[in-house]
Amino acid sequence: MRKSSIFLWSITVEALLLAVFLAHAVFSTGAQQANLEEKAALVRKLKLTDLCLFTEARYTRHLSQADLNTAFQDHPLSLEHFPSGSFTLPPERLTRRP
Amino acid sequence: MRAWVEKQRYIIDFTLSSLIRRKVKNFGLLALYTLIVFILASAMFFTYSIKREASLILKGSPEIVVQRIKAGRHDLFPVRYLETLRKIRGVAAVEGRLWGYYYDGLAGANYTLLSPPTQQEAAEPAKPSAKTAVVEDEETEHHGVDASKPLFEHQGTALEPGTLIIGNGIARIRNIAKGEFMPFRAFDGTILNFRIAGTLSSQSELVSSDLMLIAEEDFRKLFGIESDYVTDVTVVVDNPSEIDTVASKITKLLPDARPIVRDEILRTYDSIFNWRGGMMIVIFSAAVLAFVIFAWDKASGLSAGERREIGILKAVGWETSDVIQMKFWEGAMISLTAFLTGVILAYIHVFFTGSLVFEPALKGWSNLYPHFALTPFINAEQLITLFFLTVVPYTVATIVPTWRAATIDPDSAMRHTGE
Repeated sequence: MRKSSIFLWSITVEALLLAVFLAHAVFSTGAQQANLEEKAALVRKLKLTDLCLFTEARYTRHLSQADLNTAFQDHPLSLEHFPSGSFTLPPERLTRRP
Repeated sequence: MRAWVEKQRYIIDFTLSSLIRRKVKNFGLLALYTLIVFILASAMFFTYSIKREASLILKGSPEIVVQRIKAGRHDLFPVRYLETLRKIRGVAAVEGRLWGYYYDGLAGANYTLLSPPTQQEAAEPAKPSAKTAVVEDEETEHHGVDASKPLFEHQGTALEPGTLIIGNGIARIRNIAKGEFMPFRAFDGTILNFRIAGTLSSQSELVSSDLMLIAEEDFRKLFGIESDYVTDVTVVVDNPSEIDTVASKITKLLPDARPIVRDEILRTYDSIFNWRGGMMIVIFSAAVLAFVIFAWDKASGLSAGERREIGILKAVGWETSDVIQMKFWEGAMISLTAFLTGVILAYIHVFFTGSLVFEPALKGWSNLYPHFALTPFINAEQLITLFFLTVVPYTVATIVPTWRAATIDPDSAMRHTGE
């Protein structure tokens, strides 16, 4: 088989695989609607406010409910030391100038 | 047309042979390039999906949460404040929330303890239309609730005093199941034993992994909170356009209160994993620097061997345009293969392996991390941007120096040896 044929076939196979994954994304989004609804219903029922992404500190567990002085809330000069702090930005209202 | 296609195929044949001659360099380049696309695409898929999922899930969160702030810190919310909030025009309902954290030394994890709203409060209240006068039936209002009904029920599991409904993450980390007992050390040092009445579903781990539902009286007994205090308050507003007005009225009436509106909650999760912040900027700047090095290496000129190759090709009759086409295919083959492989691997990584590579960083110091499968939300715009940021610059960077080399005399190109 010619080298160009091998290349063109491999690119075609990869493109088809990507198309299959994109189709999977579209169908999964529809199929997981019930699952999303279940989570949304639990949030509504229990009046939850945050995702359970970072459970290491109280101000990362409930990001939207954090104190206004988050960076120093444990004691003065208590700098942010949890790794999850590097994935999040401060809430917009704290950085917005009046 | 057929002749053109055949010509391109011959050029691709030749280009592949040329690439294979320098296989160590080119396979190394391809692997590194694929890795960069993989990291970028994984970060993109993960952040977009989690943001979309957060916006869909949290749309049911309370319209306004009111906290009490004392000396810059959260403080318990006095129940007497609730009456002040109820009197604000536009407020449909006000309800206290009881929640807090409990550190479990055995597991080394923090749990979120929450006393769920009672069944009759949790049910969606039938909101009367603002324009219609509604006559309330006193009989139903005061005696409609069945006294034998448990305070809270989740998927058939009743939450009664002395029992807990726990998140799946806690059940996993403590290896505990329904019917077993879990001891807690109360505020006064006494040990309280609670029976596990049930677990929350594993599908809901993204919101409930560390959650523990506990009856109100048990919560107060555990943390020593008097009945005239709650943790914070949720406010239901009839008209969504009045939420901000109600929030500003709350601040005016209760100066020590801090209202957090739902939009702010949603925006918090919209800015999470933002490319401008912390770890994300490290990932992106590393990828951008790697691309700059690639492009610099290509654009700064050809090696003596490549220059000699071009000289020989021109001497045996290749046109300048043929040489440029050959180099175009070289750039396109490497970048296209790296792009497709990187994106496919990133999709598998994020949506089938639960972001295995990112997991240690995301877990941080937490022992209790939710197991969740993200819904694959794909943003075509981001994929196209990634394509234009990776494939196009590399291909162009390959062509430019070749064009310069291909336009000079073959004789002088071949004399510039040195390999």
